Amino acid sequence: MSNAGKFFDEMFGHSSSQGGEKAVAREPYAPLDVWMADEDLDRLRKKSQEAEEFFRRTGITFNVYGAEEAAERLIPFDVIPRIISSKEWSKLSKGIEQRVRAINAFLHDLYHRQEILKAGRVPLELIANNETFLSKMIGVEPPGGVYTHIVGVDLVRTGEDEFFVLEDNARTPSGVSYMLENRETMLHMFPELFSKMPVQDVGDYTKNLHKSLADCAPPKCEGRPVVGVLTPGMYNSAYFEHSFLADQMGVELVEGHDLRVIDGRVAMRTTKGYEPVDVLYRRIDDEFLDPINFNPDSMLGVPGIMDVYRSGGITIANAPGTGISDDKAIYSYMPDIIEFYTGEKAILQNVPTWRCSEADSLKYVLEHLDELVVKEVHGSGGYGMLVGPAASKKELADFRVKLEARPSNYIAQPTLSLSTVPILTKAGLAPRHVDLRPYVLVSPKGIKITPGGLTRVALKEGSLVVNSSQGGGTKDTWVLDD
Amino acid sequence: MLGKTAGGLYWMFRNLERSENNARLLEAGFRIALTRSKSATKEWISVLQAAGVLKAYNKQYDQVDADCIIDFILRNPANPSSVISLVESARNNARLVRAALTREIWESVNESWMTLKKLLDKPIKGRELPEVLAVIRQQSSLVRGALYGTKLRNDAYDFSQLGTYLERADSTARILDVKYYVLLPSASLVGTPVDNVQWETILRSVSANRAYHWLNQGEINPKGIADFLIFDRRFPRSLNFCYSKVLGNLDFISEQYGSEAPCLDTVRNIVSQFKDNNVTTVFNNGLHEFLGEFITSNNLVGAQIETDFRFNG
Repeated sequence: MSNAGKFFDEMFGHSSSQGGEKAVAREPYAPLDVWMADEDLDRLRKKSQEAEEFFRRTGITFNVYGAEEAAERLIPFDVIPRIISSKEWSKLSKGIEQRVRAINAFLHDLYHRQEILKAGRVPLELIANNETFLSKMIGVEPPGGVYTHIVGVDLVRTGEDEFFVLEDNARTPSGVSYMLENRETMLHMFPELFSKMPVQDVGDYTKNLHKSLADCAPPKCEGRPVVGVLTPGMYNSAYFEHSFLADQMGVELVEGHDLRVIDGRVAMRTTKGYEPVDVLYRRIDDEFLDPINFNPDSMLGVPGIMDVYRSGGITIANAPGTGISDDKAIYSYMPDIIEFYTGEKAILQNVPTWRCSEADSLKYVLEHLDELVVKEVHGSGGYGMLVGPAASKKELADFRVKLEARPSNYIAQPTLSLSTVPILTKAGLAPRHVDLRPYVLVSPKGIKITPGGLTRVALKEGSLVVNSSQGGGTKDTWVLDD
Repeated sequence: MLGKTAGGLYWMFRNLERSENNARLLEAGFRIALTRSKSATKEWISVLQAAGVLKAYNKQYDQVDADCIIDFILRNPANPSSVISLVESARNNARLVRAALTREIWESVNESWMTLKKLLDKPIKGRELPEVLAVIRQQSSLVRGALYGTKLRNDAYDFSQLGTYLERADSTARILDVKYYVLLPSASLVGTPVDNVQWETILRSVSANRAYHWLNQGEINPKGIADFLIFDRRFPRSLNFCYSKVLGNLDFISEQYGSEAPCLDTVRNIVSQFKDNNVTTVFNNGLHEFLGEFITSNNLVGAQIETDFRFNG
């Protein structure tokens, strides 16, 4: 455990196994530690291979753009669970709920009265010049008043009591199928562990998702709401997840060419003719939704769907235009946004952020480039990002040029000492950095947070990048009951 | 259900059925080529004809050769009717309609694809062929078993079955048509060993040799074979059997939808032909003509189903 002491390890805390003495596991991990002591490492490794075969057989893959032969890859799965105590979870979920409420209030305000801009708490030009702000949504009332039906809040931990929100994913957060399949896999491989520890269930997620979406049915819906999942198609990197969710909810998985606007409703082509859809859980980006109203070249969307949406004929989940709320340029204002709408201090902290658009900040960032993480304001998936301490001299120099050319395109954050959780390696357990994405469902009836989420883990020793497209893996996440 | 989904299921099972049938044709061809090396070329050409790939084969190769044919039918990615291409298409169909499949069906087709991709990774030598073909047959049975054992008997099941039986009827009719002349009384030297081998090959190509011999106590004659493969109501690869299934599945769909699709009339016509005719009238009116007409109407039914149930828009 080379990193021991420097980083907070969620299993062993800051203690380390020095002088032949075994490290002491933190309380939530104690039963796991006892179980592990009796486990044969070879058996665990074998189980780990079984898990991989299981994933391959069930087709839990993601597609990699541009990679032809091995177009479908598995996200590596690590068998050691990541465990969160019920006390820790209760604080986290309160913080998440507060944040998601604020995000919805913020979106409603931005697309209606814009009080927060008038009050000067968020600068107008940040909205006005932002592509993710959709003027076509101004004055539109989304069914049930909900903008972000599904949110994935990315959290990182740096210590016993220190959690930070890294990102609010309020557009089409992915990965929830891994949360569910990881649990299935663990139940399948280590049933005995679940009898030793009170792990809260995540299996209700798709049932809740369906209910939550149905509760947001549009005014023109008659009878039981018909829900559909809109996918860009089987070559999309998250296609497995789209079909998985449709399957689990028992709803149709549709593509743009299955849909058409008929008599003011969006209808899908069935074997019996066209039938109206009430709620679309769309997994395509705003700009591709409607070639008439947005990107005219889009082959993925439904011509005229925005007009149906504005007249209350369909619910689009998440609502178009939610991207403004998880924009990296807006992120640094989140504590203000939360206070503005809830009247409370933010329960979960933001990571300190330098806005490179501001001259003083830019100066600081340029001077400390080798210590900071610099992100593109609109980037995602770990692309277009600089991890200062890990970058070569040339990479730093190249990035400096880009940053100076378009400072407002970047924000910078300190390199966080992300917590670690052990993974199973050839040599035994070894700590690796992790983050956490819990999934939140929003409906007029309330906010529901699944106890758990997706733990992403950087499999390379010392690496801080957990994205699956950059060599990250996943773990099952256990939230314990009292 | 979505028209696209119905189409995906239908093609998934057509592709799987076709891959199995092509493997079976190869098996029968390989066997006759082994035992009758003099006429081997002719036999291989019949195999390519029955699989409907003779033209495509001739474009790629300038000689008829067992190794080339085995490669072409099993693993040539440029041949859309090769076993590996078909299984890959079936798996892509399955990905498209994943939500309409049970976990068991999806896993079996995914596993078939993984197994065959590995198995057919490099050229197959003649001596490995029987083993490879056995695996192909086995994989296809696994998918079918998963369908029968786990799928709700709703319209999704019916579209899967329609794909299977239309493809199977087409295959049996083609096999008979390619070899129809060996069944004609005028052309055959009745009872010679030549005919016996030819007749056995036809039966083997549709896995009917055991069933036929069991029913006929080892007596083998061309009219009996034609009768069995066209009219028998018990043999699961006969034209009559396939069409009684096609009719049954379309009837179920009409019942569920509360309306009849136009293709149902065409299917009823075909089915009534099996009732009104027998093998003697077919031989009198021309076996080749009968089979030709059947293949045409079978294609028509396929096209009509695609339109009636809005597979493509």
